[in-house]
Amino acid sequence: MSNILNNDLKQQLVADFQATESRLNGEAKTEVHQKRREAMQRFEALGFPTIKHEEWKYSNVNNLVKQAFDFNVKSDFGANDVETLEIPNLQGNVLYFVNGMYNAELSSIVSPESQLQILNFGRAVKEKPELLATYFAHYANYQDEAFTALNTAFAHDGVVVHVPAGKVVEEPIILRFITDARTANAASQPRNLIVVGKNAEVKMAEAFRTIGDNGSFTNVVTEIVVEENANVQYYKVQNETEKAYHIGTTQVIQKDKSHFYAVTVTVNGGFVRNNLNIVLDGQHCESFMYGLYFPNGKQHVDNHTLVDHAKPNSYSNELYKGILKDTSTGVFNGKIFVREYASKTNAYQSCRNVVLSDEASMNTKPQLEIYNDDVKCSHGTTTGKLNDEAIFYMRSRGIPKAEAVTLLMYAFCEDVISQIKIESIREYLSGLIVEKLAQ
Amino acid sequence: MLTITDLQASVDDKEILKGINLEIKPGEVHAIMGPNGSGKSTLASVLAGREEYEVTGGSVEFEGQDLLEMSPEERAAAGIFLAFQYPVEIPGVTTINFLKTALNEIRKSRGEAPLDAAQFLKLMREKAKIVNIDDALLKRSLNEGFSGGEKKRNEIFQMAMLEPKLAILDETDSGLDIDALRIVAEGVNKLRSPERAVIVVTHYQRLLDYIVPDYVHVLYKGRIVKSGSKELAFELEEKGYDWIKAEVAAL
Repeated sequence: MSNILNNDLKQQLVADFQATESRLNGEAKTEVHQKRREAMQRFEALGFPTIKHEEWKYSNVNNLVKQAFDFNVKSDFGANDVETLEIPNLQGNVLYFVNGMYNAELSSIVSPESQLQILNFGRAVKEKPELLATYFAHYANYQDEAFTALNTAFAHDGVVVHVPAGKVVEEPIILRFITDARTANAASQPRNLIVVGKNAEVKMAEAFRTIGDNGSFTNVVTEIVVEENANVQYYKVQNETEKAYHIGTTQVIQKDKSHFYAVTVTVNGGFVRNNLNIVLDGQHCESFMYGLYFPNGKQHVDNHTLVDHAKPNSYSNELYKGILKDTSTGVFNGKIFVREYASKTNAYQSCRNVVLSDEASMNTKPQLEIYNDDVKCSHGTTTGKLNDEAIFYMRSRGIPKAEAVTLLMYAFCEDVISQIKIESIREYLSGLIVEKLAQ
Repeated sequence: MLTITDLQASVDDKEILKGINLEIKPGEVHAIMGPNGSGKSTLASVLAGREEYEVTGGSVEFEGQDLLEMSPEERAAAGIFLAFQYPVEIPGVTTINFLKTALNEIRKSRGEAPLDAAQFLKLMREKAKIVNIDDALLKRSLNEGFSGGEKKRNEIFQMAMLEPKLAILDETDSGLDIDALRIVAEGVNKLRSPERAVIVVTHYQRLLDYIVPDYVHVLYKGRIVKSGSKELAFELEEKGYDWIKAEVAAL
């Protein structure tokens, strides 16, 4: 996988796959690898999506596919570099992945093994084959989604988490994905599997950060299994560069009475596509999805959510908010399925945007497909400007205009930021957001 | 303190103020009354620096400075305060945070050190008593879901915190029941001082039972057509505005 990719990205990847496979020895026979091989075949058949593809209408990956990336950039990212990353007071189980590879030296796992089993993907293939056989690639759709297929085919590193039934993990899990693009166009494809057992509880964050001036491409897939009555808080935080491509899929499956909270915050990134897919495969489940994005310059942020109510009596609610500046573009596509048997479903969706420039644009598309009469569903989208009267009110109290505008924009985001229950992450984000809004 | 000379202003090319003259000295309370649409609120807005209003003539001098050249925030720093007729709801910003930012910005512009959290809270507790405003209310988003009375009390509380030299109360009595009105008026009275001037803009005499003015001016069709003592307000309450209109028409 060490080759530079050119505009024949697809063929390059096919060749890479074969090269990798030849080095696998015994692992080639594992179930995990059977999945990889199947996924590769699907990727070959699907190819990269174009804007003719309904789900990719507003997000054109053409420029990505034309660029050259190295999937195996050597990085000397170390403890000194960690100092320069600005999350203070970071406590808990903190795992570092540098250009997609687990870095044990920088990482620290503090929770006792009785509460939390956590290991990198490579080790899990050897040490937890039964866990992977049960869950890996069972939920993320590599049959139809090209990027998921690609990630599955190259699933070699990332994290595997298992919270045993009944355990409440007290310390959060923070996964820091560092793309070191200081020397070359760096690409990585982390693959994560999170299994949270019955009655168990965990808070986790995925934080993506790019350093260096070269281009980067991250294609991440995270599968999260929320067993009966389990509670999962999941935060995805993106602070990448203008040249960074990020395509990510978080695939969640919820069992009876489980609770799942997602907060996705895109502070910076060149081209961002986040897919958040939740299957409510249980009764009396609750799912909450929150999102925030602040594209400026030429940044592009696309959030696709899919909530699939497969069983009766569950509740889902999503709130996405964005502030767009300059010539940036945003997409929100929220799909809600209510299956035939999923009566008494409550599903709500709202997307609110502030567009601060005439050249910026936001495309919102709610899609409700409801096959049951006994449900409550609603969706709403708004796109507006800042309230001039509120700005004048603040100025009349002595707050300078620029400050008033920043305060107002921050206030707009506040109800999403406050959903983040890992304090260090919330504080970090809140600082980043203030900084970004003041730009 | 404040000298308004032949002030003219329009909004959307419609002339609202057609030559206002007014002189206000420290410690004085001036009531500005008048029928709907006479330009009362426009005058208040122009003094606070609302941008939708275009000043087309005249001048306003505040403590020797050209007020019309100043931005709204500069006016606030100079000591002008407008209590809004319709205070704005700002979800996501608590009253505490809002006022702390405002107060420290004003202090900064005056070259004073910002108040730290403890100093600010102490000041806040002290001032909250003036209008009997609850701590819980101040921790909520600014004006969001507040009743009419709570909003107006919050305005006077803000005035108490920012200690302006000139406070302009724009129809602070509108929409208030008598109990709420009394609390708000008592708050204003507690803030009266020999250094502080107040302009009370109101349609009704009722508020002036509680905030007793030194002067009453009647604004009609963009001009001050009559000035007098507090007795003028009683006369207006008794006879309405028609006789003023008739007087103006006769000229």
